[in-house]
Amino acid sequence: MQVTMTVNGDEVTREIEGRLLLVHFLRDHLGLTGTHWGCDTSNCGTCVVWMDDEPVKSCTVLAAMAGGRTVRTVEDLETAAGLDPVQEGFMQCHGLQCGFCTPGMMMTARALINAKPDPDEDTIREAISGQICRCTGYATIIRSIQWAAAKERETAAAADGAASTEAAATEAVATEAVAAGSPV
Amino acid sequence: MQVPAPFEYERATSVEDAIALLEQRGDTARIIAGGHSLLPMMKLRLANLDYVIDINDLRDELGYLRITDSEVRIGAMTRHRELLESDPLAALFPIFRDAERVIADPVVRNRGTLGGSLCQADPSEDLSAVCTTLDAACVIRSSSGERVVSMHDFHRGPYETAVGDAEILTEIRIPVRPGGASAYEKVERRAGDWAVTSAGAAVWMDGDTISDARVGLAAVGPNTTGIPAISEALRGQAPSEDLYARAGAIAAESCDPVTDQRGTAEYKRHLADELTRRALRRCVERIRTSRNGHPNGHVNSQEA
Repeated sequence: MQVTMTVNGDEVTREIEGRLLLVHFLRDHLGLTGTHWGCDTSNCGTCVVWMDDEPVKSCTVLAAMAGGRTVRTVEDLETAAGLDPVQEGFMQCHGLQCGFCTPGMMMTARALINAKPDPDEDTIREAISGQICRCTGYATIIRSIQWAAAKERETAAAADGAASTEAAATEAVATEAVAAGSPV
Repeated sequence: MQVPAPFEYERATSVEDAIALLEQRGDTARIIAGGHSLLPMMKLRLANLDYVIDINDLRDELGYLRITDSEVRIGAMTRHRELLESDPLAALFPIFRDAERVIADPVVRNRGTLGGSLCQADPSEDLSAVCTTLDAACVIRSSSGERVVSMHDFHRGPYETAVGDAEILTEIRIPVRPGGASAYEKVERRAGDWAVTSAGAAVWMDGDTISDARVGLAAVGPNTTGIPAISEALRGQAPSEDLYARAGAIAAESCDPVTDQRGTAEYKRHLADELTRRALRRCVERIRTSRNGHPNGHVNSQEA
């Protein structure tokens, strides 16, 4: 059968077997090996990708079921502007040692911060509770996610600050213009 | 690598279409919704199918929560996450939020559905116990129309339900009765695991007396999703620790757990007793809290 879906912004079409799992479609048919293939039983969570903006375990989704839908993998986190703050957070806070669970952890973290920009520790622990890490003991993963969330809040606050400074400047110009009797 | 045996994948465009496909394909076809029960069964070759019919496009038709004064109707495609996050559902039936918080994990809950859970009919599955505790009814549709069956008749035993080969579960209906509250207690080995044992309870009170109560267990053998002897023992009684202990003893006697990697039969029997007491105690606390000004026993969202 033929399947067409959008993966990381690109439409892809491939001839597949109905029984092909999404994780193998991504890795073997598209060469996107950033998504890891782990326990095969939807327990470990290293295969987490987004389908229609929600994290799913791609070992327990048929590639055919993703037909017509939008899939996002870990390869899509980095942009031309640089690493995603979640990726930076994992670097800064030692969020990985062997790296096997990392792609799934980061995709879940990205979705969490999108939904909750300031997640507390319990919220993070709950969000990643379906994912297994055998290196870190989770503490550094939690710190990494908090680091990313904090950085994004700072960036957003700075942007707000810049915007209000700009608005103030525009207003000042307008006030001067009015004072000078020119049309605004 | 665990991969299902070869099959033909088909996608239904409507409930009617899904039923027509099931009629054409007979008992070699199965509906797939979230897929988190069926795909693992297919990978292990415990389920071998020639056709898999995907109903994920039927979200508009089968994914909903409709609440009236007398009844809650939940579409079979409603996902765990939606059941967990619904405040109106938690207000009426806190047992749903209690249970959903400990069913699998958040990523799995993005996919798994209420209908899929009930149709899987795994004896360790929590929502069958929840729905039986709430005296739910299941709407099953075929090409000749709809029929409504009680959870008692729906759940025939492990992995067996009343849904026929050319039928589809479309909706779960739960009666709303005033003066009640519900709760769910589960012990699991680790986050997201199947229950070692779970107990659900629903209690209705008239003044200081229990007018009706229902208790259902999961993971302790067949025919424990609803235990009529406990209802009989509780009706007309005033709530007390002695009464909860009596109900717990009946729960322990009524179940038939087996020793496995999740625990010994003895331990599970102990849990059936203890969790029944806890669930009943919590129901009564919730009723009393709601009487003290909190609407509908809606204490759960504060706990969450």
